Amino acid sequence: MSDWLVLPILLPILGAGLSIITGRVRWLQRLIGLSVLTVMMVFSVLLLVEVDRDGTIATQVGAWSAPIGITLVADRFAAIMLVLACLMLLTVLVYAIGQPGAERNHVGFQSVYLILAGGLCATFLTGDLFTLFVSFEVMLTASYVLLTLGARRAQVRAGMTYVVISLLSSTLFVTAIALVYAATGTLNLADLAGKMGDLPGGVRMAFSVLFLIVFGIKAGLFPLFFWLPDSYPTAPSPVTAVFAGLLTKVGVYAIIRVETLVFPTSRPTALILVLAGLTMLVGVLGAIAQDDFKRILSFLIVSSIGFVVMGLGFFTVAGIAAAIFYIVNHIVVKTALFLTGGLVEHVGGSSRLLGVGNMVRTAPVLAVLFAVPALSLTGIPPFAGFVAKFALVDSGFGTGEYVVVGVSLLVSLLTVFSMTKIWSGVFWTPAERIDDEPPPVGHRAGRLGGPVLMVVPTATLVAISLAIMLAAGALFALSERAAHDLLDPSGYVKAVLG
Amino acid sequence: MNVTLAATAALLFGFGTYMLLQRKLSRIVIGLGILAHGGNVLFLASGSPGLPPFVGSGSRRDFSDPLPEALILTAIVISFAVTIFLLALAYRSWVLTGDDEVEDDLEDRRVAAGLRADEEVGDEAAAISESIVEDDR
Repeated sequence: MSDWLVLPILLPILGAGLSIITGRVRWLQRLIGLSVLTVMMVFSVLLLVEVDRDGTIATQVGAWSAPIGITLVADRFAAIMLVLACLMLLTVLVYAIGQPGAERNHVGFQSVYLILAGGLCATFLTGDLFTLFVSFEVMLTASYVLLTLGARRAQVRAGMTYVVISLLSSTLFVTAIALVYAATGTLNLADLAGKMGDLPGGVRMAFSVLFLIVFGIKAGLFPLFFWLPDSYPTAPSPVTAVFAGLLTKVGVYAIIRVETLVFPTSRPTALILVLAGLTMLVGVLGAIAQDDFKRILSFLIVSSIGFVVMGLGFFTVAGIAAAIFYIVNHIVVKTALFLTGGLVEHVGGSSRLLGVGNMVRTAPVLAVLFAVPALSLTGIPPFAGFVAKFALVDSGFGTGEYVVVGVSLLVSLLTVFSMTKIWSGVFWTPAERIDDEPPPVGHRAGRLGGPVLMVVPTATLVAISLAIMLAAGALFALSERAAHDLLDPSGYVKAVLG
Repeated sequence: MNVTLAATAALLFGFGTYMLLQRKLSRIVIGLGILAHGGNVLFLASGSPGLPPFVGSGSRRDFSDPLPEALILTAIVISFAVTIFLLALAYRSWVLTGDDEVEDDLEDRRVAAGLRADEEVGDEAAAISESIVEDDR
């Protein structure tokens, strides 16, 4: 199996090339995109099963041995993220094909989307810092194109902020890599895990904080989140859904990976917890102030990043396991909510809370598709979001960090408030007329509440979030095993360096 | 580490940061390019200096470290490509607005105006909010 680790990176990039060549034959292009992602999906599930059974596997690309060559590693955490990424990419691609807009109007959509998929998988599988940088760039460059695909004024404005911020964080990343190389002479994560201990404590701490800043920009950590709620809502809804579900999680993944593997003895624990608390709070307060469906959800992404980072900040098996379970549930739920947001926009003609209304009567299916993930996101029992938040709070009490746990409970309450705002604005009360503005024109809802290819993927994600709820015990045990791997990296180091 | 290289990197970082803080997009692009160069020079300085690393032309101790040089090439290509994309965006912005200044966020200002409005008379607030949006157009 380890020789096949290149597959989730190579396949989508080859598929992207084929996709460009077949641009004139749209059904063939779609077939390529869907089949590539299906194969990746099946592969990642098989990988997860094998890694969970036999432990971490690694491969040296081009047979250049470990500290020098490119290493691909799959441990339990990476495999979990890979499965989720492929699942989201596949369902959102179906949704994008069903939606009149981005995918239909642009021949390049499919190929750029596949390159994004390749970059995402590469960031999860890579075992050295420089390849992590390159994979980030592959993924981000594809995301720049997807974000500004329509080249409308709002998109260009938001795209500029996004590209400039990302480019700045990439420059910082290169600088950090240069400093690490100068200090240790290696960039391989497993090798660094051994060599970082020889450095003086101050230097280690400086590196640790530098990486926290670099990945914090990509993840949307306070105070580096400002670009996120600004740029995400301007993109077409399927694109926003993928960005919301996966792109910020890649930043979080990198933070968790680097802080646990490379800096086991010099973690800025207090700093991480303070940042987590502020990220949660500022995100949810921003969401309350907004009056647009997509913008509320975008601010809530920031808030939920805080929850995950809080779990990491405890640095216990229980805390990290809770963080992983939270990520799993959150990726599915957030993507589902953004897809529902796209459907609301399709049917109502607008995503402003004032512009649409009364949808619980005109499109009851959409109301269900919104209500289930919304309840799960806020953490209402019995949904999986409750299990995730309960585990986080429990692990927080276990480590005695009462302040940040208190903040997280307050934030959960405010999250309920902002979700209620969407519910009453979009689904419950009738639409309000805004003077001098023509009422938004939408499409006919029909019995399903929208086109079949848009409703079915959204419903699939909602069903998956319910399945996570039913299988919460098994999934949480898996998260705990993954957290064990992260806190005891000897298996990872052994798989890479032999 | 070589002092000349370190000083060069520091200068590039300083100048790049100054350009990045400007309002015109063309200057921001130049600033980002210079910052990227600063990062690359620092990366170059992170390896040990020495002779060109050709196998068979000397002993391993005399060679310069080839790894940072190989990695920088990749980093240069990436920053080059993204800079071009940013220039294309700047051109598009110029076509749409006739200027390459980074625009303010209309939605933010609308929300801010709306929040202020709650304390005042409704119609007046709506007028203020509209005039702000109007000004920005």
